[in-house]
Amino acid sequence: MSYGTSNAELILIPLFPLLGALLAYLLGLKNRDFSGPVATLASLLSFVWVVRFFFELPSGESFFYSPFVWFASGNLNVEFLLTYDQLSAVMCLVITGIGTLIHLYSVGYMAHDESRHRFFCYLNLFMFSMLLLVLGGNLLVLFVGWEGVGLCSYLLIGFWYKNLSYAAAGRKAFVVNRIGDAGFLLAIFLLFANFGTVEFKELAVSVVDYNNPVLYGLVALCLFIGATGKSAQIPLFVWLPDAMAGPTPVSALIHAATMVTAGIYMMARMSFLFELAPLVMAIICWVAIATALMAASIALTQNDIKKVLAYSTVSQLGFMFMAASVGAYWVAIFHVVTHAFFKACLFLGAGSVIHGCHHEQDMRQMGGLLKLMPVTAITYAISTISIAGIYPLAGYQSKHAILHVLGDTTNPYLAQYSGLLVLLASAVAFMTAFYMARSFALTFLGKYRGHAHPHESPWIMTIPLIVLAFLAVVGGLAIETTLPQHLSAIMPIIGEQQRVTIVEGILLSWVGIFGVVLGLVLYTRLYDLPGRIYAFFGLFSKLLYEKYYIDQLYNRLIVQPLEKLSGFLYKAVDQGTIDATVNGAAAMAQINGEILKVSQSGQLKQYALYILIGAVLLLVFGFMF
Amino acid sequence: MGNDNFLDITSWSAFPWLSAIIFLPLLGALFLYLPSFRPAHDESGWRARNFALVISLVVFSLSIFLLAGFSSDSAGLQFAERLAWIPAYGISYFVGLDGISLFLVVLTTFLMPIVVLASGSVKKDIRAYLASMLVLETAMLGTLLAVDVFLFYVFWELMLFPMYLIIGIWGGKRRIYATVKFVIYTVVGSLLMLVAIFYLIWSYYNQFGEVTFMLSLLIQGSALSIQEEVWLFAAFALAFGIKVPVFPFHTWLPDAHVEAPTGGSVILAGVLLKMGLYGFIRFAYPLFPRAAELFAPYLALLAVIGIIYGALVAWAQSDIKKLVAYSSVSHLGYCVLGFVAFNIVSTSGSIFQMLSHGVSTGALFLLVGMIYERRHTREISDYGGLASIVPIFAFLFLVFTLSSIALPLTNGFIGEFLILTGSFLVFPVFTAIAVLGVILGAIYMLTLYMRTMFGEINTEENKTLKDLTGIEIVTLAPLFLLVFYMGVYPQPILKRMEPTLVSYIEFVETRRERLYSLDMQNKNIAFNADKTLSIDLNGSSL
Repeated sequence: MSYGTSNAELILIPLFPLLGALLAYLLGLKNRDFSGPVATLASLLSFVWVVRFFFELPSGESFFYSPFVWFASGNLNVEFLLTYDQLSAVMCLVITGIGTLIHLYSVGYMAHDESRHRFFCYLNLFMFSMLLLVLGGNLLVLFVGWEGVGLCSYLLIGFWYKNLSYAAAGRKAFVVNRIGDAGFLLAIFLLFANFGTVEFKELAVSVVDYNNPVLYGLVALCLFIGATGKSAQIPLFVWLPDAMAGPTPVSALIHAATMVTAGIYMMARMSFLFELAPLVMAIICWVAIATALMAASIALTQNDIKKVLAYSTVSQLGFMFMAASVGAYWVAIFHVVTHAFFKACLFLGAGSVIHGCHHEQDMRQMGGLLKLMPVTAITYAISTISIAGIYPLAGYQSKHAILHVLGDTTNPYLAQYSGLLVLLASAVAFMTAFYMARSFALTFLGKYRGHAHPHESPWIMTIPLIVLAFLAVVGGLAIETTLPQHLSAIMPIIGEQQRVTIVEGILLSWVGIFGVVLGLVLYTRLYDLPGRIYAFFGLFSKLLYEKYYIDQLYNRLIVQPLEKLSGFLYKAVDQGTIDATVNGAAAMAQINGEILKVSQSGQLKQYALYILIGAVLLLVFGFMF
Repeated sequence: MGNDNFLDITSWSAFPWLSAIIFLPLLGALFLYLPSFRPAHDESGWRARNFALVISLVVFSLSIFLLAGFSSDSAGLQFAERLAWIPAYGISYFVGLDGISLFLVVLTTFLMPIVVLASGSVKKDIRAYLASMLVLETAMLGTLLAVDVFLFYVFWELMLFPMYLIIGIWGGKRRIYATVKFVIYTVVGSLLMLVAIFYLIWSYYNQFGEVTFMLSLLIQGSALSIQEEVWLFAAFALAFGIKVPVFPFHTWLPDAHVEAPTGGSVILAGVLLKMGLYGFIRFAYPLFPRAAELFAPYLALLAVIGIIYGALVAWAQSDIKKLVAYSSVSHLGYCVLGFVAFNIVSTSGSIFQMLSHGVSTGALFLLVGMIYERRHTREISDYGGLASIVPIFAFLFLVFTLSSIALPLTNGFIGEFLILTGSFLVFPVFTAIAVLGVILGAIYMLTLYMRTMFGEINTEENKTLKDLTGIEIVTLAPLFLLVFYMGVYPQPILKRMEPTLVSYIEFVETRRERLYSLDMQNKNIAFNADKTLSIDLNGSSL
C-alpha cells in the first residue's frame, strides 16, 4: 500500500501548537502577556508550513509520515500515521489560517483576563488536536483528534469555571459528544472486524472489493451518530447552544469554523463507504434538513446575539450534511470553508460588540452601534449578506451549489423528493437571511438602548474582522473554480459543472434578498410589528423561543430516569439486595452459632448426657444394620 | 529461544533474582523491628519510612533489571528457579516470570515506593504499617511468580493477612466491619479453591500415579470428566471472581476501600484486584479449558453488567472514595470481558488495562487521600470551587480523571480500545453494550470533577486549603508520567506480553481440543466394548 511520499516535516504542523500550548502556559506563569503572542506565533508557524506543503504537494499525490507504531496486537496494527493530501490541505488551511486570526483577535479580547495563559494554552492544544484530526491517516489518529478537540472544547466552554452553569455546559458538551463517540467506536470495531485494518487507504480498497450492503449501512450509521455529536445535528445538537458559555473567540474558532465541521470532514474522508450506503445517506439528508429547519426557526426568536449565531451554526451545519448526503462532498467542504469565513467573522464581530458593550449579550440592550463601532458593523454586515446567500458573495456560491446538488440527486431514496428537498432548503435559506438581518438591525441600527459606553475594539481585534470579511466576499469565487479538481483524487466529484440557470440563480439570491430586506424593515421601521407577529403565533412563537423544549424533554426522558436508575441501583439493589443478602448470610451464621453455643455450656453433666445419647444411637444403628 | 510454549522453561536463573525480589521486602519487614527503629529512637517514624522506601526502591530496581533482561521474543518462563520443598507430596518452590506476570510484577514493585511515600499520614505505629506493607509486597510478588499450585496458594492466602491488618488497624471508623467482610468473602472463595486444588491433585494422581503441584505438569492431566471440570472451574472462578470483583460479589470492595488507609486503597485497587483475574489467566483457564469455554459467555455477561452497573452506581455516590471504588468495579469489568473473549487483541488489552487501572485509580486514591488529609471529609458536597485554590491538585486530578475515562493518548484508552476491539469479534452484542460504559464513565467522573473543582468556593475551610506539597508532587509525578508514556507509546509493553499470550491462547485451545477428542475416543472405546460384550453374549448363546 503506497501512502505517497514520506515527509518527516509533516509532524511540525501539529507539533508547533503543541509546543505553543506548553510554552504559552509556562511563560504565562511568569508574565501573562507572553502567552498570547507565543500561542499566536505557534499557530502562525503551523500555518506557514501548511501553506508550504500546499504548494509542494503534487496534484493527486500525498505526503505521509509515521513516526512510530502507536500500538499493535495480533493483526491490529495502528501506526501513528499522518497524511497530508488535498482534503487535509484544505482543512489545515482553514484551521491554521482562521486559527491564527482568531489567536490574534484573542490577544485583544482576553487582554484583561487573569487566566489568559490557561486560555492560550487550551487554544493551542485545540489547534494541535484539530490538526491531528484532519492529518490522521487512520481512524485511530483521527479519533485522537476527535476526542482531543472534545476535551479542549470542554475546557474552553468551562473556561470561567467559577460560574457553575458554564462548567455544567462544558460537561454537557463532553458527555453528549461521548454519546456520538460511542457510535464512532462501534464503527471502528465493525470495520476492523470485517477488514482487519483501520487505515483509510487500505479500507478504501477493501471496502469496495467486498459486497455487504447491511454492513456498510451499519458502519455508515454508526459513523453518522459520531458526526451528529461533533457536528451538532439532531438528536445530539443540544450541547452547542450551551457551548456559548465559553469566551467568544472560542465560539468562533471551535464552535463555528473548525471543530463542529469535523463530522463533515469525516464523512468526506470516509466517502468511499458512505457511497455504498444510499439508505443511510437518505436518512442523513432528512436529519440534516430537519436540523437546519429546527435550528433556523429557533434562531428567529432568540435575543442573545451569540445564541442566534449558535443556532445559525447548527442550521448551516445541516446545509453541509445535506450536500454530503447527496454525495457532493466537495460542496460540503466548500460550505465548510465559506462558512468558516463568514461565521468566524460574525462571531468575532459579536465578540467585539460584547467587548465594546461591557459583556452585554442581549440584543435588546444594543442598537445604534453602527456609528460607535463602524468597523465591526460593516464587517458584520458583509458577513450577513454573505451568509444570506446573496450574489456574488462567498455564501452565495456554496449555498447555491448545495441547492443545486440537492435538486440533482440520484439517490434512489431521495430522487423523488428532490423538489421538496430544494424547497425546504430554500426555506432555511430564507430564515437564515431573515434572522441575520434581524440580528444586524437590532445590534447596529436604530438607537442605542443599553447603558454602557460602547466603543470600537482595538486594531488587534478589528484586523481579523477585516480579513475575514474580505474572505467572505471573494472566498467563494476563488474556491469554487479550483476545489472540485483539487479534491478529485480523494473523493467522487459531482455537480461541479455549475449550470447556473437564471431561474435558480435568481431564486436563491431572491430568497436571500427578500429575507434580508424583510428583516431590516421589520426591525428598523416597524418596531411594534415583530411583537405583534410573535403574539399572533402565540404558542408556536413560545415553542420557538423555548427551543422546542428539547432540553427539557431530554432531561425528563433520559437524564432524570438515568439518575433515578442510578440511585435505585445503589440503594435498592446494591445495598438493599446484594449487600443485605451478604449481611443476612453473616447474621444467619451468627444466629446458628448462638443456638449451637448452648450445647457448649462447659457443664460436665451435659457432656455426659451427650455421650450417653451418642452411645445409645450407635447401639441402635449397630443392631439395625 | 523464541519457540517456547506456555510454561516451558526459557531460562533458568543462575542467581535467584526472583527469590531476591520476593523475599527482600519480607527481610525488610523483619529489619524494621531492629532496635534503631523503635519509637524511642525514631519518634516520627522518619527512619522507618526512609528504610522502607529504600527497600522498596531496591526491589523496584531489581524488577527493572528483570524487565531489561527479559527476552521479549520468547513465551516461556524466564529467570526460573526450582527447589524441592516437600518432595513427598510433589510440592516445590517453583517460580518463573513470563509475559503475563512481567508487568504486573513491575506494577507491584512500582506502586510500593509510592505507597511508602504516601504513608506520612499514618500516625499509629508506623513501623507495623510499613512492615505489613512489605510483607504484603512479598505475598503479592510470590502470588504472581509462583508456578507451583501449592506455593501459589500459600502466597495467595498470605496476601490476606497484612491487608487484614492494614484495614483493621489503620482504617476508618467502620474498619472492623469492612475488614471482617473482606476477609470472610475472600476466605470463602479461597477455601473452595483449596478443595478444588486437592481434587485436581487427586485426579492427576489417579492418572499418572504421582503427586505433584507443578502447574506445568497438572495442565497435562486429562483424567477429569467435563462435569468435574465444571465444578472445579466454578470453585476457582468463585475464589477469583470475588477478588476481581465480578458482579455480584463486589460489595466488599466499596467498604474495604472507604475504610482502608490511602496506601491500602492504592495497593488494593492497584494490585490485589488484579490477582483475581491473574488467577483466571494463570490457573483456571489452562487447567479447565472446556469448562472455561462453557462459562465464558456467562462471565462476559457478568463483566458487562459490572461495567454498566458499576458506572451507574458510581454516579449515585456522595463519597469521593466510594465513587472511585465503584468505578473500579466498572473498569475491572472491562478487564474480565477482554480476557474471556480470549483472543490476542482482547487479552493484551485486558492485561494492559490492569496495569493502566493500577496507575490511574492508584493516583485517584492518592489524590483523595491528600485532600482528605486537609479537610477530613470525603463528601463531594463539602467541596466545590477548589480549582482556583489548589491549582496543582486540580490539574493532576484532571489528568487522572481523563486517564480514567480513557481519553486517547492517555493509558486508559489503549487498554479499553484493545479490549473492546478484540471482544467485539467474539461478543458483538455484549461489547456494544459495554461501549455505553464509555459514556457513563465520562458522566460520573466529570460530574465528580465539576462538583469538587468548579463553581464558587462554598465553605470557609476550603478557602485556606494548601496546594500539594513537594513530597506529594513527587509521589504523583511517576504516575503522571506513566499516564502519557503508556498512552502515547505503549508498544514496548505490548510487545513483551505478546509472545506469551499468543502461545498461551494456543495452548489453552489445543488442550481443549485434545480433551474433547479424548472424550470422543473414550466414548468409542466404551461403545466398542459394549459391542464386543454383546457379540460374546451372542456367541455364548449359540
